[in-house]
Amino acid sequence: MTDIDISQYKITEEPYYEAQGNEIKLYEAAYDARMPVMVKGPTGCGKSRFIEHMAYKLGKPLITVACNEDMTASDLVGRYLLDANGTRWLDGPLTTAARIGAICYLDEIVEARQDTTVVIHPLTDHRRTLPLDKKGELIAAHPDFQLVISYNPGYQSMMKDLKQSTKQRFTGLDFGYPDTKVEAAIVAKEASIDEETSAKLVKVAHAARHLKGHGLDEGISTRLLVYAATLMNKGIEAKEACHMALVTPITDDKDIRDTLMHSIDSIFA
Amino acid sequence: MTTEVTTEYPHHRKLLKCSFEQIEDCFDDYMKDALRNLTNDGVEKYLAGASQVCMIGRGWEPVSIYLEEMPQMVHRLGDEAILEIVSTHVWDMSRSPNGKAIPPFMQCLPEACRRLGTLEQMQHFFAILFSMLETTTTSVHGHHKTHSSQGFPVLLEKIPYLLSQLSLEGLKNWIEYGVRNYHNHPERQKDYFAIQSADSKAMLQRERHGTLYMDHERQLDMYMRSMWQTEEYFVPYSLGFDELRKPQPYYDELGMRIPDVYDDLNEVSGINRYRMTIAHMAAHKRWTTRQVADNLSPFQRIAVEAFEDSRVEQLILREYPGLRKYFCALHPVPIEGSCDSEKESCVRHRLAMFSRAILDSNHGYQNPDILEYVEKFWDALKDGAESNTKEMLNLAISFTARTRRQNDLAPKVRFENTEVDYRDDNRHMWVFIEEADEPEDDTSEPQSKETIEPEGLPPRHYHEWDYNSTSYKPDWVTLYESLHAPGNPADIDKILEKHSALANYLKRILDLLKPQHYVRQRYQEEGSELDLDVAIRSIIDFKSGAQPDPRINMSHRHDGRDFAVLLLMDLSASLDEIPEGCTQSILELSQEAVTLLGWSIEQLGDKFAIAGFHSDTRHNVRYHHLKGFSEHWDDSVKARLANIEAGFSTRMGAAVRHASHYLEGQKADKKLLLILTDGEPADIDVTDDKLLIMDTHKAVEELSAKGIYTHCISLDKKADDYIQDIFGSNGYTVIDHVDKLPEKLPMLFAALTS
Repeated sequence: MTDIDISQYKITEEPYYEAQGNEIKLYEAAYDARMPVMVKGPTGCGKSRFIEHMAYKLGKPLITVACNEDMTASDLVGRYLLDANGTRWLDGPLTTAARIGAICYLDEIVEARQDTTVVIHPLTDHRRTLPLDKKGELIAAHPDFQLVISYNPGYQSMMKDLKQSTKQRFTGLDFGYPDTKVEAAIVAKEASIDEETSAKLVKVAHAARHLKGHGLDEGISTRLLVYAATLMNKGIEAKEACHMALVTPITDDKDIRDTLMHSIDSIFA
Repeated sequence: MTTEVTTEYPHHRKLLKCSFEQIEDCFDDYMKDALRNLTNDGVEKYLAGASQVCMIGRGWEPVSIYLEEMPQMVHRLGDEAILEIVSTHVWDMSRSPNGKAIPPFMQCLPEACRRLGTLEQMQHFFAILFSMLETTTTSVHGHHKTHSSQGFPVLLEKIPYLLSQLSLEGLKNWIEYGVRNYHNHPERQKDYFAIQSADSKAMLQRERHGTLYMDHERQLDMYMRSMWQTEEYFVPYSLGFDELRKPQPYYDELGMRIPDVYDDLNEVSGINRYRMTIAHMAAHKRWTTRQVADNLSPFQRIAVEAFEDSRVEQLILREYPGLRKYFCALHPVPIEGSCDSEKESCVRHRLAMFSRAILDSNHGYQNPDILEYVEKFWDALKDGAESNTKEMLNLAISFTARTRRQNDLAPKVRFENTEVDYRDDNRHMWVFIEEADEPEDDTSEPQSKETIEPEGLPPRHYHEWDYNSTSYKPDWVTLYESLHAPGNPADIDKILEKHSALANYLKRILDLLKPQHYVRQRYQEEGSELDLDVAIRSIIDFKSGAQPDPRINMSHRHDGRDFAVLLLMDLSASLDEIPEGCTQSILELSQEAVTLLGWSIEQLGDKFAIAGFHSDTRHNVRYHHLKGFSEHWDDSVKARLANIEAGFSTRMGAAVRHASHYLEGQKADKKLLLILTDGEPADIDVTDDKLLIMDTHKAVEELSAKGIYTHCISLDKKADDYIQDIFGSNGYTVIDHVDKLPEKLPMLFAALTS
């Protein structure tokens, strides 16, 4: 348990992040008080990047867990494994983070089953402890430990929502797609293309985002824009790059595809 | 005819065996034309054909049309075979009761020829016409065709219009539809082929060439939403029926008026023409401000409109530069100098030149005034400035003053190459301060408020399957739905009392049906039992040094029933009959059965709705809601069920489609439509027994494609003849002893859903 290599969780290079507002200040204040934070926002708008950036800035290790439906509480907390000599306890990522004082980031928490999410409760209030009932151990969280969850309200259905008792343990940061200018700058920087082209890409994304709820479940994300820009950077013609990165992945609906292709056609003259 | 012939072509005149007096005056002219367009051989055929047309004895008119038009037609088609084809058809027609149709037939030929252009197409066209003639000419005693076709002359009159709207394929479909449905109904046939009846228009619309608004409504909505961030209500107008004044797109508070169809034009596809039209209007909405019109002359106004149109287009292009190619393709290219200001008014021409010059920098115009104002226009929009309507107004007024010519007021205005097809009529730009003499535009009055809300829900239209043509008849059936009027709920309670023994028995069965199904959940880390298979696999993994899977337990959970059931009752008149050996009518027995079923399903807690239907021709299918999915088995439901009455016929397809509309809206794992009927689908306006059977079969197929399972309970002893055709081999139950229905129905339901 003491042989964990903390450095593997450290972020060595500064992840590029362009602030959309005062989220950095807010997050720093929350971290200062070791308050649990939830970041909400549509897919590909920069939630994970923000957390990485903050972990780098604060110089703390970051442990990310991608949540899924099959995940059980032991996947988070840890389990006994059989061993040649009997059994051996293996810490789960949450336990590791609590021990070493990392930021534990549970990505897409709503995907996890509700009985799994409750194990984080004791860590998220004044107790800041994690009971390992199978092992009979009570871990007091490291002073640097912080819990962050992310969650996409976009495809929220009745089935996939957090319990009130979970929700109310967190402070929240709302993420949206960045402003036109900021987004264009991000795309230009990430894929090293010129700002004029990236501004056009952002325009296409805006056209698609207006169709959300009218046939599209989610608009074109910043991440997809970066993909399109990267393809263009590799010498692919703008319309083809957009078709590949922005239209094909998000929908199979012919009407929407036609509409998006038309908007791409009219924006990239 | 013998001596007074004063023709330059006596040889030819002899070949034409025709003695109408009128012929002598114009024979030479006809011959000149013929000799110009025809070969020698052709001239002989031409004259032989004319003689034949003359011999039929239908007067001078057909002959004169033949003589006058045929040379031109041959010229256009480039094939002289048409001469003989036409005269033979005319001859054949004269031998049938359809002789009256010969003049209109001859009259429609030139236009048809102009539209179709090749002999091959003309032959297809004749084939379509004469197969229609063949089927609509009816015979009474079987041997001879004795009654002329009623629709044919009417159809011939409409041919020029039809060909302008339809492709040959479309024409064929349209005609065949009419023939199929009205071949034994002369008056309706006439209405259909005169494009008077509603379904005639609907079919025509469906077969139109070009991009139909109704097929692309969703795309246009999306276009507006995604690129203009507005939601617009589109009102299509028809270009087909308004011949006097060509309607133009426009918008007002009630929505954007756009044509119902756009053909491709200058290589711009119909859908892109729609997009350009609505983009132009959306741009006005975004950037144009209203101006006071009172102090401006009409010329000044059209100039202002042209300048403003150009301005908003430039603003569109700033945002969406890719649209330039469409605008350029659709905007006319006025040719400098083509308008003579001495003879006609060139106001529109000048403005179109100006507008073209703005759009297309390679315009090449030399006119100094236009160039100067183009310059001024660009100054106003310099460096990303948006300018405004007011500035355009001032610019346009000074342009009008500068370019004014004496003849601007001339009645003859040059329109050629000045109409910009995607632009609206700009009525939104103007505000009139002084009340005009003419009555206010009626669109501004909220008239809709005065209309009385119709009682009940608006009617719904459903298509019907025609197995003869293997196609749907569009919007064929009109269905009205309503909440059934309540009766006395105590009657239903009495039924339950009467069947209390049966109810108790059912209750025992239902208890067994209640969710108690266990479903095994495997691969659980924590569970109630060890899953041996997985556990052994884990041990093996472990022994062989691999990471064992810890999820070796399993647990169980109850499998809840998740059914949505809709019971559709046939309420046709035959239900009033009392079957042999029974004391109650089928209606009463059905009522008892449904009561018991409703009561049992309530115990089970499944989602359940009841509806009844009957029909009185395709124009009036009634759908009565007896119980909604969200309602419980309470007094209001019982009251409605107590009041059911039998009447009219059984047009099942539409009712099934409507029922499926409600089932689709339900969230359930399994959806079941139960149909309780006593006979085959039939209606008084359908003579073909098989038609409604096949339609119902089609409706059942549609449902099964939507994941809805259909089961029919038939009380018709003879049902075996047809029921399998409708519901398939497993989709029905025939109950021979109708008096057993009350106990059978709930049992059947239990069997179906367990």
